[in-house]
Amino acid sequence: MTDLLTQLPPDPIYDRRKQIQERAAKTIGRRTLISRAYISMLMGCFIIALIPLGSVIYALINKGIAAISWTFLTALPSQPNLMQQDAIGGIGNAILGTIIIDLLAGLVAVPIGVLLGLYLAEATSRVADFLRAITEIMTGIPSILLGVFAYEYVVVPTKQFSGLAGIVALGVLMVPVIAKASEISFRGVPSTLREAGLALGARDSKIAKSITLPVAAPGVITGVLLSLARAMGETAPILLVVGASGAWNFNPLKPISALPLLTYNYSGSQYPSQRAAAWGVALALVTMILILSLTARIVSARMRREKR
Amino acid sequence: MEVVTTKTEVTTNMPTTKNEIAMQLKDVSVAFSGRTAVRDVTFDVEEKKVTSLIGPSGSGKTTLLRSLNRLHDLTKGAVVEGQILLGDTDIYNDKLPTTLLRSRIGMVFQRPNPFPTMSIYDNVVSGLRFNGIKKKALLDEAVESSLIAAALWDSVKGRLKNGGTTLSGGEQQRLCIARALAVEPEILLMDEPTSSLDPISTKAIEDLMGELKNRVTIVIVTHNMQQAARVSDNCAFLLMGDDRAGELIEFAETKKIFNNPSDPRTLDYIQGRFG
Amino acid sequence: MMQTKEPSFNGSSEVAERVSHSATSDRPYKFVLKGAAFFFGAVVLVFVWSVLQAAWPALRQNGFHLITGTSWVAGGNGPFGAFALIADTLITTLIALLIAVPIGISSALALLFLVPPKFRTIGASLVELLAAVPSVVYGLWGLWYLTPWLSHTVQPFLAGITGSQFPFSGPQQGFSLLLAGIVLSVMILPTIVAISRDVISVVPVDLIEGGLSLGATRSQVFTKVILPTSKTGIMGAIVLGAGRALGETIAVAMVIGSNIQMPKSLFSTGGTLASTIATEFGDASGNTGAALAALALILMVITASVNAFARVLTNRAKATA
Repeated sequence: MTDLLTQLPPDPIYDRRKQIQERAAKTIGRRTLISRAYISMLMGCFIIALIPLGSVIYALINKGIAAISWTFLTALPSQPNLMQQDAIGGIGNAILGTIIIDLLAGLVAVPIGVLLGLYLAEATSRVADFLRAITEIMTGIPSILLGVFAYEYVVVPTKQFSGLAGIVALGVLMVPVIAKASEISFRGVPSTLREAGLALGARDSKIAKSITLPVAAPGVITGVLLSLARAMGETAPILLVVGASGAWNFNPLKPISALPLLTYNYSGSQYPSQRAAAWGVALALVTMILILSLTARIVSARMRREKR
Repeated sequence: MEVVTTKTEVTTNMPTTKNEIAMQLKDVSVAFSGRTAVRDVTFDVEEKKVTSLIGPSGSGKTTLLRSLNRLHDLTKGAVVEGQILLGDTDIYNDKLPTTLLRSRIGMVFQRPNPFPTMSIYDNVVSGLRFNGIKKKALLDEAVESSLIAAALWDSVKGRLKNGGTTLSGGEQQRLCIARALAVEPEILLMDEPTSSLDPISTKAIEDLMGELKNRVTIVIVTHNMQQAARVSDNCAFLLMGDDRAGELIEFAETKKIFNNPSDPRTLDYIQGRFG
Repeated sequence: MMQTKEPSFNGSSEVAERVSHSATSDRPYKFVLKGAAFFFGAVVLVFVWSVLQAAWPALRQNGFHLITGTSWVAGGNGPFGAFALIADTLITTLIALLIAVPIGISSALALLFLVPPKFRTIGASLVELLAAVPSVVYGLWGLWYLTPWLSHTVQPFLAGITGSQFPFSGPQQGFSLLLAGIVLSVMILPTIVAISRDVISVVPVDLIEGGLSLGATRSQVFTKVILPTSKTGIMGAIVLGAGRALGETIAVAMVIGSNIQMPKSLFSTGGTLASTIATEFGDASGNTGAALAALALILMVITASVNAFARVLTNRAKATA
């Protein structure tokens, strides 16, 4: 057998195959090692990415809970002084202020955002493309700039820091976020459904109301809740415009207190007690934001399930 | 048996004779998360022949094919049982690294899948580079040789630096064949390689297979019975059993399967009674 | 097409009539949609105008000195030059990218291909959670946890490498451009992970299997097939992350040591465009207010361009996918 082999003319394919297989076998150890190392590196990076999250959550729970009590959540703040350095009081009015600003901003932004989203999903003109680009760019504009805007257009004319200015800033911030989420949900509605409506002679408005909106609702509602959550934590714009208040205030035309701003102010306080209390304020804020985000998830999951 | 297995290392040098075995399947079953997709398939793949796997949808042809180069390893919950021997190596149980196995068993997919970021040249040599071969002379030689073998050299030799996805669908599929050939695999698996191509490109690839036989053993899954009849030497007919698992009904020379099948179900299929 | 689904109990003429009827009576609907869209467009216009208007006096007073100059006396009458602020903004963003890009892309790959399937949703949710934490909380965290870590561990270590020479010279007090960059990297990480994950997930499985079937190892499939194929989209993710870092305000203001000076080292304190607006706006007097508005204008131009560029990239990635 072997004799026969040596007598045959060399086969170029066979030679090359042998060469390739030898080379592959020779490098396999190194290649496997590199691959394992690379994969460990990827996993390592993923774990590193989760460390700050763990640290932030730990800090919020550890330091936040220490600061929180029933009084802290419901009372008005009191200003610590050299004699009474621990007189923190509470954050009741800041919680109220945050809710007022966020809800009113949402009240303004939701209809505009949803309609804008519907427009962007349906319209195909060049104007629509331009507005779509504007909307997307606005989702990434730094929020502090909207603080400058609200300052110029609300605080300066009214000569007054106010919740209203914060509402304007956050409202403008929320619209593109809601619009984007809505546009995506509206686009997800199967065109066959809408065409079926058209074929039955339904008007566009009727189709929007009875077909597009209900089908797209989970996505739209999720988008709205997430934009509320995002706006709630915004500090930069309201820092410039809402002023400060130590009292219960339901009037958005007056200066108002808000949790993110209070966190910021306390964090730089000269009193250690107030700096520690910043964690309590932050925990309250994050809890409210998480409730919104979680509701968003539950709502969308449940509505999707019902549809099936 | 002994004789066959010791010879596989060198069989490429041998004049083609009957009954050289490139790969043996023994009671091969594939299951996904406990659900059996293919059961107890046994047949031999003859060296430098084209073996076709035919059968209606759901008969497990592709599933079986993908078990031959361990592509199911990627799928969580996939279990392959039985023995698949490449030469005398049990590809699932012996300590042959999967990457080395796959460089010995090439594959061509349903849709052409050239790497979109690579030039024609880079596509062809990608397998060699993956396997640690960097010598320019060797790469150049492989490009020419495998593009010629894939009947693509003449039309692309002047634009090897162009993107692989600039080619037409049929050319892309031939590029993928060349890419697989460049590694000089012993076996080439083809998973319905013409299903996304027009008739002319399909014919070009079928013609190609007749010539490729001299170089590499081919196992092809095809949906198209005429194709199996035209290109293959041996043919395995699979059918979905009562529990929705694919089973091998008949394995024989293609001539026999199409002219004188021994199982009535094969005849039914050939005559177009199902699938 | 209108007739294809015509109900059998209706004459076709009636359908036609209803269709034509709807064309006229649906104007209010279109009007409302257009109204909302144009209203938002107008608001954006007014927004841009308001910043421009507020910045105008500073633009007239300082001209190009605003961008190239280095003199800035807060509360003073000028002249104002924001070069140091622009430099700090770019430096902190660069640090953030250097940290967040490799970690973010690796995490996206890990989430898609390496983490066991049952943990994938949880992993993705955790990353989303990272995005839900407001920036003031990151600032607070940086202040309490990273400042001491930096001044006790990181800064001495880095200074040791260069012998306290550039870029690791100066006092090791925690507050610094370096710290701001680190905090920013944490904040842009979710953006980079989420978008990279989206663009990588559309890489056809055919290509991955194609690579494997040629004998590629897993890392070769990652580096030679998956990453090159999703290059454009990942670039989009990086640019979006950069846009976020450039405009991030509060967290930076809390850890950068708010100071307007030319950066001499990564340990220098400083101020970005955004953080300076936040910290100085409250007691802006004289011409400073307009100068801060000019910062806002510069920031607006930078972030809008960066976001527009990111949009081009992500759209192109979608088109080729």
